[in-house]
Amino acid sequence: MRRLVVGHLFPDYLNIYADRGNIAVLSARAAWRGYELEVRPLGAGAEIQRGEHDLFYVGGGQDREQALIAPELAALGPALHEAFEAGAAFLAVCGGYQLLGHFYRDQSGEELPGIGLLPLHTVAGSRRMIGDVLLECELEPGSPRTLAGFENHAGRTILDQDAQPLGRVVAGFGNDGDSGYEGCRAGRAIGTYLHGPLLPRNPWLADWLLAQAIAHQSGAPPTFEPLDDELEERAHKVSANRAETRGGRF
Amino acid sequence: MRTRFPLRLEILLARAAGSLSRLAGTGGGTTVPGKLLWKLDPAAVDELARRLPLGSALVSATNGKTTSAAMAAGILAGKLRLAHNSSGANLVSGVASTLLTARGAELGLFEVDEAALPELAHRLRPRAVCLGNLFRDQLDRYGELELVAERWRGAVRELPEDSALVVNGDDPQVGDLGRERRSGTRTVFGVDDPRHAHPALQHAADSKWCIRCGTPYDYAAAYIGHLGDYRCPACGHRRPPLDVVGREIELEGIERVSFDLITPEGGRRVKLGVPGLYNVYNALGAASLARALGASLDEIQRGLEAFHAAFGRFERIGLDGKSLLVLLIKNPAGANEAIRTLLAGTAPTLVLVALNDATADGRDVSWIWDVDFEPLLPALEQLVATGDRAAELALRFKYAGFDERAIEVVPELERALDRALELTPPGGELVALPTYTAMLALRNVVARRGFVRQYWEAA
Repeated sequence: MRRLVVGHLFPDYLNIYADRGNIAVLSARAAWRGYELEVRPLGAGAEIQRGEHDLFYVGGGQDREQALIAPELAALGPALHEAFEAGAAFLAVCGGYQLLGHFYRDQSGEELPGIGLLPLHTVAGSRRMIGDVLLECELEPGSPRTLAGFENHAGRTILDQDAQPLGRVVAGFGNDGDSGYEGCRAGRAIGTYLHGPLLPRNPWLADWLLAQAIAHQSGAPPTFEPLDDELEERAHKVSANRAETRGGRF
Repeated sequence: MRTRFPLRLEILLARAAGSLSRLAGTGGGTTVPGKLLWKLDPAAVDELARRLPLGSALVSATNGKTTSAAMAAGILAGKLRLAHNSSGANLVSGVASTLLTARGAELGLFEVDEAALPELAHRLRPRAVCLGNLFRDQLDRYGELELVAERWRGAVRELPEDSALVVNGDDPQVGDLGRERRSGTRTVFGVDDPRHAHPALQHAADSKWCIRCGTPYDYAAAYIGHLGDYRCPACGHRRPPLDVVGREIELEGIERVSFDLITPEGGRRVKLGVPGLYNVYNALGAASLARALGASLDEIQRGLEAFHAAFGRFERIGLDGKSLLVLLIKNPAGANEAIRTLLAGTAPTLVLVALNDATADGRDVSWIWDVDFEPLLPALEQLVATGDRAAELALRFKYAGFDERAIEVVPELERALDRALELTPPGGELVALPTYTAMLALRNVVARRGFVRQYWEAA
C-alpha cells in the first residue's frame, strides 16, 4: 500500500471541535483509494524533515490552549513555510486557521504570533459569531461546490489585499460577519472557520486535499473514482438547510 | 417603565399559565409559569425564594447535576418539605416555576444550569452550593470552558458569608474554587481508588494543563476525563485535601455500585441502586451537600441507598414484554461514562442512537466525534440512527469502521423506535442513547402508549 504522511500539529492542544473526525475521514477515504494515511503528531520542538509530510492538519483550540502553543507553533514556522513551498497541502480549522495568519490580536490588545503562511490576520471582536454556515466555492475552475459547517469564533479575520477566500458566504457569518467571504485558500493550503467537523459532511473537500497530498509526491493530483457518498450527501443537505434557516444570527 | 403588579397577582397569573400549558398539551408547564413571572417581574424570583424558611441549596455541574440533586432530595425529603425542580427545568424560569408550585416548602433544592448559576446564586442567596465538574459541553451555548469557570469563580466570591460551599476536588478548575472561600464552611469531595483509574487521560479530558502555570498535570490517578488525583510538576498546584471521600469502589455491572463513604464523622458502606463510577461522584456530591445542610450519616446512607435512576439516566421502561433502557447522552465526557457503564453488562448487539440539534441539545453536533463510541463496535450488529441529525450520526459510525449496510437511518423518532423494537427479540432489552430533546420525545412516545408517567407527573 502506498503511503501518505500527515503532520498533525499540536493534537493535544488544538482539538476542540472534534478535529479527530476530520482525520478519520481523511484516513478512511485514503484507504479506500489504496493509500495508507500515517498521522504523525507534531508537538513543541518537533523536527520536521524536508519533504516528510504530504499534508498538515491544524485544529481549533480554546483561547487558553491557543496562547499556550502559539510560540511553539511559531518556532516551527520556517519549516512549515518550506514544506508549503515544496507543495505540501494544509488544512487549518478555526484556531489553527487564525494561527496560520500573520497574528491574532486578543481583546486586551495582546498579540499572539502567527506563522504568516496564509495572507491574513485576526482581531478578536466583542461578540462571538456562532451558527451554521453554508459556502459556495470553486477550488477548481468550472466545478463549483458547496461547504456546510458550523462556526463559533470571536475573531474577525481580515484577508490581505489580493488574498483568495475559500468561499462566498451563502448563509452564516464567515471571516468577519461583514465581507461576505469565508476562509482562505493559498495554493494547496486551506484555512477555514468551518467545523462540524468539516470533512464528514463535505467529502469532496477531503478528496481534494488527498489529491493535493498525492500531488506533493507525484507532481499531479489524481482523478479519483467516486465513492458511495449517499449518507454524506444526506448529512450535507441537513446541515446546509440548517444554515439557510438559522445561520448567521447571534 | 415596566408595569408592576402586586406579587400575589403575578403568582396567580403565572400559575394559571402553567395549567393552561398542560391543558393545551404543549408541555408539562414546568417552565411556562416561571417564564411568565420572569417577564412580569424578575425580582419576584428573589422574593419567592426568601419565603423559604430554610433557604435554598444549588447544585451545578456539566454532568450529573440532575442525579446529584435528586440524590440529595432523596436524603433530605424524609425530614424536610422541599421545593425541587426534579424535571430538569434548570434555568431561572424553571426554578421560578418550581418556587411557584411548591407551596409550604421549607427548603429549595435546585439543580442549576452551569450558565445560569451566577444569576441564580445572586438572586437566591443560597445557604449551600454544590459544584460537581466542568467539561466541554455545548460550546455554541456556553462558550469556552474557561469562561464558565471564570463566571463560577465570580459567583463563588459573591456568595453570602455563611454559605456552605461543596466542590469536587478531583476537577482542577472546580476544586480550586474552594480556595476562593475564606468564610462559611467548605467541603471538598473526591475519589481515592486507583484500581479504577484509566491508564491514560481520555480524549475527553479538558482541564489537562495546570490552571496556574499551564504545565501538563501529572496524574496519580485519572478516573473520568480530567477528574482525578493531579499535581502540577512545575508549580505544585494539586488536588486539595479531601473531606468526603469515596473508597473501595465495587462496580457491579449495569445495576449497582457500592463504595465506602468516608466523612469527618465516620464512614459507611453505601450500596447504590444505580451503576457506574460517575454515580459515585454524584453520590459524594449529594452526601456532602446534605451533610452541609445538617443530614446525619445514617440519613445520608438511607437516602442514597433508596435512590433510583433520575429520569432518562439508565432508566428502564417496560414495553409489552420487552424493555427499553434509556441512557441520556449530551457531551463527550458524559456519553463516554454511559457507554463505559453499559459495557460493564452484556454488550448490546443493537442500539438506537438519537441525535437532535435543538438549542437544549447544542446546535453544534461536532461533539459526537469526540465521544468514544468505538468500544460498542465489537459486539454491535445493527444501529438505528434517528433524530434530526440522524445522517451525521450514521457518518460517525461509518467512519469508525462500522459496516454502513448495518445502519438504518430513520430520522423520525417514533418510527425509529418502532423499527428498533421490531428488531429486539421478545423478552429482550433495547438500549437507547438519546440527546436531551430526543430523550424527552422518546419518553413522550412511550408515555402516550401508557408505559411511563409523563415527566411532570413523576416523583
